[in-house]
Amino acid sequence: MRRLYGPAGWTALGASAALLFVAVPLLSLAVPPGSAFHLSQYWVTLLGKIMCYAIVALAMDLVWGYAGILSLGQGLFFALGGYAMGMYLMRQIGREGQYQSDLPDFMVFLDWQAFPWHWWNTDQFWWCALLAVGVPGLLAFVFGYFAFRSRVKGVYFSIITQALTYAAMLLFFRNETGFGGNNGFTDFKRILGYPIATAETRVALVVATGAALLGTLLLARWLVTSRFGRVLAAIRDAETRVAFCGYHTLHYKLFVFTLAAMICGLAGALYVPQVGIINPSEMSPANSIEIAIWVAVGGRGTLVGAIVGAGLVNGAKSFFTQAFPEFWLYFLGLLFIAVTLFLPRGVVGLFARRGAGAA
Amino acid sequence: MRAFLLAFLVVAVPARALDEGAVHRLVFGDADERSQAIAALVAEGDPRAATLLRALAEGEVATAGRRILLVKGETVADALTGEALASPPEAREEVVANNRLRREIEAALAALQLVSPARDARLAAARALAGGADETLRPLVRRALAEETDPEVRALLELAAASLELRGGDRQARLSAIRTLGASASPQARTLLAALLETRSDGGFAEPDPEVRAAAQAALRAVEARLAWGEFAGLAFAGLSLGSILLLAALGLAITYGVMGVINMAHGEMIMVGAYATYVVQSLFRAHAPEAFGAYLAFAVPAAFAAAALLGMALERGVIRRLYGRPLETLLATWGLSLILMQAVRTLFGAQNVQVEAPAWLAGGVELFAGVVLPWNRIAIVAFAAAVLGGTWLLLARTRLGLFVRGVTQNRDMAACLGVPTARVDTLAFGLGSGIAGLAGCALTQIGNVGPDLGQAYIVDSFMVVVFGGVGQLAGTVVAALALGFVNKLLEAWSGAVIAKIAVLVFVIFFIQRRPQGLFALKGRAAQG
Repeated sequence: MRRLYGPAGWTALGASAALLFVAVPLLSLAVPPGSAFHLSQYWVTLLGKIMCYAIVALAMDLVWGYAGILSLGQGLFFALGGYAMGMYLMRQIGREGQYQSDLPDFMVFLDWQAFPWHWWNTDQFWWCALLAVGVPGLLAFVFGYFAFRSRVKGVYFSIITQALTYAAMLLFFRNETGFGGNNGFTDFKRILGYPIATAETRVALVVATGAALLGTLLLARWLVTSRFGRVLAAIRDAETRVAFCGYHTLHYKLFVFTLAAMICGLAGALYVPQVGIINPSEMSPANSIEIAIWVAVGGRGTLVGAIVGAGLVNGAKSFFTQAFPEFWLYFLGLLFIAVTLFLPRGVVGLFARRGAGAA
Repeated sequence: MRAFLLAFLVVAVPARALDEGAVHRLVFGDADERSQAIAALVAEGDPRAATLLRALAEGEVATAGRRILLVKGETVADALTGEALASPPEAREEVVANNRLRREIEAALAALQLVSPARDARLAAARALAGGADETLRPLVRRALAEETDPEVRALLELAAASLELRGGDRQARLSAIRTLGASASPQARTLLAALLETRSDGGFAEPDPEVRAAAQAALRAVEARLAWGEFAGLAFAGLSLGSILLLAALGLAITYGVMGVINMAHGEMIMVGAYATYVVQSLFRAHAPEAFGAYLAFAVPAAFAAAALLGMALERGVIRRLYGRPLETLLATWGLSLILMQAVRTLFGAQNVQVEAPAWLAGGVELFAGVVLPWNRIAIVAFAAAVLGGTWLLLARTRLGLFVRGVTQNRDMAACLGVPTARVDTLAFGLGSGIAGLAGCALTQIGNVGPDLGQAYIVDSFMVVVFGGVGQLAGTVVAALALGFVNKLLEAWSGAVIAKIAVLVFVIFFIQRRPQGLFALKGRAAQG
């Protein structure tokens, strides 16, 4: 078996896993709320949110950092996964909505009598989990096939993925689409039968997100250290040359684009029960561009950098939007410019000179 | 005391008062008498009747014995004469108007506007009646038609009169009314004519005379043809208008993308900057030279161009130049710039939308057909877009800078080898593209509000125009902008705005995959990217 990480890397991974799976549940559930070591609901939710973003950032790093495809549609795949999970959570509300109907409140409001076809079987968790990963994957596969086959690349690809995201956002804003229009899904009550707002459920969700994050990291690491990963990097650096060497670049790009979309869908599905809402503004083109800056801040093509970047930018976002809300966009804008101008290899790149391969 | 006052009032009554009998029936009568009284008052066409009816609808009419009073706050006046009473009687009873009466009063008040001295009021009243006037208004419509001189109001009144004749007139009158209707192109005429041809529940036709029916059929066809033509013209104009807005927004982007191969995500914010520059100029004029307000656009256009162009050149020198050869990073950096610009505008001007008042000479419009009005501001934008396009074409095709810009667009390295100062061309081209975006912003102020998010609404659309049209030729941008504008409006009429927009986006996405180089591609090796 190929070595994914050196001893230091595995130690760091193990430490993070221990922190996530042992320390977080202990500190938030066992330590009483008055104690200085207690991890409050706010921090648990924030941690869960940021880890979801980190999963998205990993996916973005795979397509952009390794394959050189700047997709501005990752936010769409993320939101689609979120909507799939949201459908299940809406079904779990049962008859406890405002109108005591089997249908979600927004459908009663629209005077619908039955679930539309795309809600079929959404009361089954396994089906929605499948949708959360499968729908983004299918969309990415079809879209990517046509785009890569016609050799759409570079900024053109960025622009058409952005247009796709924008079109999807407009579609989801419509009430008739059957996803709650403007308001999206919210007021969830239960997940898998457990009440969704209790401390235990939240910790369980965070632990699940952490496991997904570590799993995604290992999968991505395994991919990029394989032969496949090298071909990907070669495509990023000189696609024409790789094609002349006899590689079918379409297959490689399509695979990584589809995989990344599925990972984003997974992250979205984990995100929605934790924040308790999903609406079309998650699909706004701005969100997708922000994902790119997480990766750029951390350092492209380093995987760990993506996680670091997602944590740094979103940590800063939580801080700014609470302390100086009017300065957040200045900061974010400057970050975009400063990172591209002065930090092309990201934060991880700053440290990478010491101990090559640590990333 | 009271007797004395009464005597005083009797002396003060003016020579001509309202029809006293009608007023009494209006106030004291039963429901039917009240309706007749309203009709009688309306037929008289006296402005004081309007005052009384309005007061009645608003519960400001009271009675004291047989006297009818208008009570407005503290002042009490006699309803018949309009004279204010020095000491109003204490024992008053308010006259209650029920909903049916209120509705009748409302219709009557609207109809009374027909004899108002203000042309706009008459026009509005005639428009309301054109779709079918109530029988009781017949004398009023006749009277108004006899006195009316304004052709537009007359046309509407003729419609109203025709609708009355159709229902109440004899055969000859009905035929002549149908002829009147057949010559018009209004939707009301269509409704009226179609109503004649309907079958009643007992199987007979609404219009018993077959000859009249045949005439109505022919007239209906004529009206419908005219209406369809008008609808199409309106739609075409809407498409042209949207197309020219898209053209203005995308023209600058096509230049910068063509020359430098980078996507400027801050392009939308250049539009926004131009719009705010217009707002500033407009505010200055309002504050310091209100008498010359109508001329502010003459100053706003160069100001919008200059503000956006200078900002664009600064950005090119400061940021974009340093990212040469890294288009994806440029995309991100310019996105960051757009965030900063938007937030800066929020800090400077507030997050709320600001209103740019259009000069008076752009208000109103030309009526092409009945119901199809082309607003002047839209026409002006189409003309402005054509002028900007012409100017850009002249600049690119006839000047030295234009030659350089075209050269760099086609083959940067070769142009540099031949001595073209590519760095300077980049800066100037970026300034030009940004300036044109500023002009787009200036134009947009005339059709909507100005807010920090203004540019965001146009950025995706402008990209679609550029990638659809292809890079490097103005013709591509023009054709793409107009095509997308027309298609968008056509689909919008057919399926609603959101679906139309989605359909256009999906269409462009698929189009790019079939033809990545756009409609009008540069030929030869230059097109290799």
